[in-house]
Amino acid sequence: MNTMNPTQSVPKTMSLRQLFNIYRLETQYEWLKTIRNPAFSLPAVLFPTLFYIFFGVLLNQGNTAASSYLLCTYGVFGIMGPALFSFGAGLAIERGQGWLDLKEVSPMPGSAQIVSRVLVSMGFSTMILLSLGLVASLFTSVSLSISQSLLLVTVLVIGGLPFCLLGLTLGLLLKSDSAPTVVNLIYLPMSFFSGLWIPISVLPVFLQKFAQFLPPFHLAQLALKVTKQDGGTSAWVHIGVLGVFTLIFFITSLLAFRRKQG
Amino acid sequence: MLQQTINDMSSSEVIASVLHLNKSFSAKKALSDVSLEIHANRVLAILGPNGAGKTTLINILLGRLAHDSGQVSLFSSAPGDSHVKRQSGAMLQVASLPERLKVKEHIRLFQSYYPSPMSYEEVIKYAGLSDLENRYSKKLSGGEKQRLLFALSICGNPRLLFLDEPSVGMDIEARQRLWSAIRDLKAQGTSIILTTHYLPEADALADEIVLLKNGEIIKKGTSEEIKASVSNTTIQFSSSEPLDAFEHLVGVLKISTTGKLIQIQTQVPQQTLQALLSQNTNVEDLEVTKAGLEDAFLQLNQNDAGELS
Repeated sequence: MNTMNPTQSVPKTMSLRQLFNIYRLETQYEWLKTIRNPAFSLPAVLFPTLFYIFFGVLLNQGNTAASSYLLCTYGVFGIMGPALFSFGAGLAIERGQGWLDLKEVSPMPGSAQIVSRVLVSMGFSTMILLSLGLVASLFTSVSLSISQSLLLVTVLVIGGLPFCLLGLTLGLLLKSDSAPTVVNLIYLPMSFFSGLWIPISVLPVFLQKFAQFLPPFHLAQLALKVTKQDGGTSAWVHIGVLGVFTLIFFITSLLAFRRKQG
Repeated sequence: MLQQTINDMSSSEVIASVLHLNKSFSAKKALSDVSLEIHANRVLAILGPNGAGKTTLINILLGRLAHDSGQVSLFSSAPGDSHVKRQSGAMLQVASLPERLKVKEHIRLFQSYYPSPMSYEEVIKYAGLSDLENRYSKKLSGGEKQRLLFALSICGNPRLLFLDEPSVGMDIEARQRLWSAIRDLKAQGTSIILTTHYLPEADALADEIVLLKNGEIIKKGTSEEIKASVSNTTIQFSSSEPLDAFEHLVGVLKISTTGKLIQIQTQVPQQTLQALLSQNTNVEDLEVTKAGLEDAFLQLNQNDAGELS
């Protein structure tokens, strides 16, 4: 039996080692939770892959440029899913259950919740990109060098961050039962209007202008820089715009958190 | 007598204290001038009807709600302080847990949050989860879920434990085990703040009971003291005689019927009984009971019912 000493002193701060241990366990279990939920994990990986097979491979027999272009844009589409859903829908559901209240009164550092979900959605993004890459290498004539592939994966995985923060905002604001629908209502149209499903140049001019205001458009342009198929604007412009969106969504998630605190 | 017990209580270490606490939501007063102390090795039960302010008080103690005025201090710190959280555990009402984690995974995760957690085996033993370690939380029944939530509340070896309706949905055996675990933890020095609608639970566990009504403490004391403050005794029997045959017996305060049973409330049970039996009527199924905590609770809440809106 663990005897308790009533005057035992509890350290004022948490050691770095304990903090990392919490991050590790929280991430491990967040991953297990996600992977054990086929209703989430299968569509997250299969949808972008199936879309790519249909639009990027079957409808583009032999057109290497189109397959390569769509590999980049479906990559963006793919990484947005886990970011928006893990944070948006997942968080809203756990919040609705009252589960987050229990975590809030526990000594768990709030950052663990964020770190674990960011890492898990990055892990999922990587799986989605591997599956897209597999399709591209097997069924298309797209050929990327190793350094290009690595650069593409890095750009897309890190580029998921603003979407994680957008998801976080939604997860803190939405009701658990409507969260998945609302997230889809943002995810799917935003993907289309950013030119992720069909190339932006095919869309009418006013929609091309509108796309400038959507974060996925800028991430897609960065990804397309890797295959030299982008619109020609400097990478720093896109990085800058994504940085601004990251900041905006960071602020909105802070505001949403405050609102929740009443 | 009341003063005596309260003096006895003061001799044990004060872990947390609330002084002249006030809290309003817009125009509505939720807590007014609430003061209480939480001692080491004690179970404090906070009782009251819905809307009495129990949840508000607990949320303020947990640091989830800011108060308007007054002082709240836990382990000489402000509520919600991380140093306080690491010495506390809480069992809140949670609709469901993340479905796809196993019982043992939930416990391991919560243990990692605390500087000196209770051993895993001990948590399992206290919460009675030894057959369920590998079960997904999705598959747990209501009572099993409560046992898991209890496990999570104690796994950090807390010095202060909040239990909100801990035995909801539990069967008799699980409830008995929970109660004995609570007594065990108390004996080891944990202070426990209990809120419950199940009065026998407060009666069985609490060293001190605080009755809240409309945000005010209307009664404070041990279970015995509260019961004694309502000194009624109920005499119950069945009889073929009509009700008004018993109305004028000595000491009858109130008379009522349920089915064919007649209940008489009295403060002088001996005299009333004597009168009843010497009346020479056929009295059957006779039963005499002292007011329980439930009666006391109901009566104390009714006393100033005029204040209710």
